[in-house]
Amino acid sequence: MSDPLAETVRIEGARILATLIRTVGDVQIAEDAVQEATLAALTAWPVTGVPPQPRAWLTVTARRKAIDILRRERARPGKELDGARMTELARPGDPGDEVVHDDQLRLIFTCCHPSLAPATQLALALRTLCGLSPAQIAGVLLSTEAATTKRLVRARQKIAAAHIPYRVPAAGELPGRLPVVCGVIHGLYTAGHAPLDGGAAYDVDTAAEAVRLAELLHRLLPDEPMPAAVLALLLLTEARRPARLDEHGDIVTLDAQDRGRWDAAAIARGITLLNGSLVRSGRLADAYQLQAAIAAEHARAPSYAGTDWPEVRRLYDLLVSVAPGDAAALGRVVATAEAAGPAAGLALLAELPASPRGHAVRAELLAREGDYAAAVRALTDSLAGPATEPEQRYRERRREVFQRLTPEPWR
Amino acid sequence: MPQYLALTYTADVDWWAPEQAEELEEYRRFAVDHAGKIMASAVLHPTPTATVVRVGGARGGTVITTDGPYAETKEALTGYYLIEAGDLDEAVAIAAELPAAWNGAVEVRPVIVAR
Repeated sequence: MSDPLAETVRIEGARILATLIRTVGDVQIAEDAVQEATLAALTAWPVTGVPPQPRAWLTVTARRKAIDILRRERARPGKELDGARMTELARPGDPGDEVVHDDQLRLIFTCCHPSLAPATQLALALRTLCGLSPAQIAGVLLSTEAATTKRLVRARQKIAAAHIPYRVPAAGELPGRLPVVCGVIHGLYTAGHAPLDGGAAYDVDTAAEAVRLAELLHRLLPDEPMPAAVLALLLLTEARRPARLDEHGDIVTLDAQDRGRWDAAAIARGITLLNGSLVRSGRLADAYQLQAAIAAEHARAPSYAGTDWPEVRRLYDLLVSVAPGDAAALGRVVATAEAAGPAAGLALLAELPASPRGHAVRAELLAREGDYAAAVRALTDSLAGPATEPEQRYRERRREVFQRLTPEPWR
Repeated sequence: MPQYLALTYTADVDWWAPEQAEELEEYRRFAVDHAGKIMASAVLHPTPTATVVRVGGARGGTVITTDGPYAETKEALTGYYLIEAGDLDEAVAIAAELPAAWNGAVEVRPVIVAR
């Protein structure tokens, strides 16, 4: 992924795929053609040098490969060649930004069609829009390469057999279809940002792909509030990433983060996007707008103590009512504890189902109440469940701190 | 034009029973509304009237028949509509107007059309 040539080929390949799918009328053939073209580029360019117009080179090569594949297909019975398609494929030159724009939008909505399973939508988006390999996608889905390949093959078969349309939904359909697309992008970011276990606290590549998709969707639908809110949320969360881990790869909690390391430009852009999104929506704020608003509150605060906790708590109250979830419920507990004291937070936490992250939050609140022995027990409970390695190390460190503060050793 | 089989899964009822008259009427209305798109359709007798046929071994083997389906399920296959639609979105929009969609479920399956 760090090879700039391979990156150019991957990104340009993904860009031309959308148009080729429409021209060829078949996801599989278009993907094969783009793959053959990108392989040709990776073989030729290191020798010949990158051509002056790499995009045009890839486009022409992919079209030629598609014509070859279609000719081969023609040799099989029952596969007549579509004359109009061949003519369009033989047309020279780059299709132009506007055509690509429309084709990418079509592709997003086809990949994220509600008739496909959520994991399949994500796999297709990563394959066709980001150009990731099945092995890379398997890493994101916490699956195997073989299972991911099978999932992609079945998805392409369903798109072809069931005639899942390759078009942008009409304005009236958008409210039903956009949340699915936004859910795929946000789910991808969450998978990279907060995996339940694994070596690193987050996978930078996955987060970057999610931001890339969010940028794409917002660029394609600039007037829709939901994609703007998703992009705002991702930018505001990413902006704080450099401060989240120290030089040893250990977690630095929000109260201890060096706010000077936050990306001020990304924060400013996120807040502008969020405001634009809120102005255009006019209805009740949706889950992305609320999460972005929470992230914006943190990003704006001069210090942890200077955070407007009553406002953060109010936003979490709204978020929990709009989109209940474990992460939102725990965020509400923390905000409540900061705004109204640890006892209020603990009371709220007692209503939630037990979870490793919940136990870790309980430990911090118990420690604030001075009950270090109970805090140690809560962290022991927390460490029994799945966690990323940095999370686990952090909880072990906290357990040691609280253990030292316990008057009588608890065991 | 693509074809889809919309299979209705609902309570395993006798459609001729008087209490089904109202719902049956809704299916008739659906058939009228989408007459141009429906290539074929059928409503089925309840599953206790079904016979399962198997042939032991290969063609020409012993014909084994069993009475009815194997398990009691809450929703049974109660009918089908063969519909023509431009794409899956149109097929889903039509299927969503079948009373089975809110009284049970409709499975929309693309039909292999001879080229």
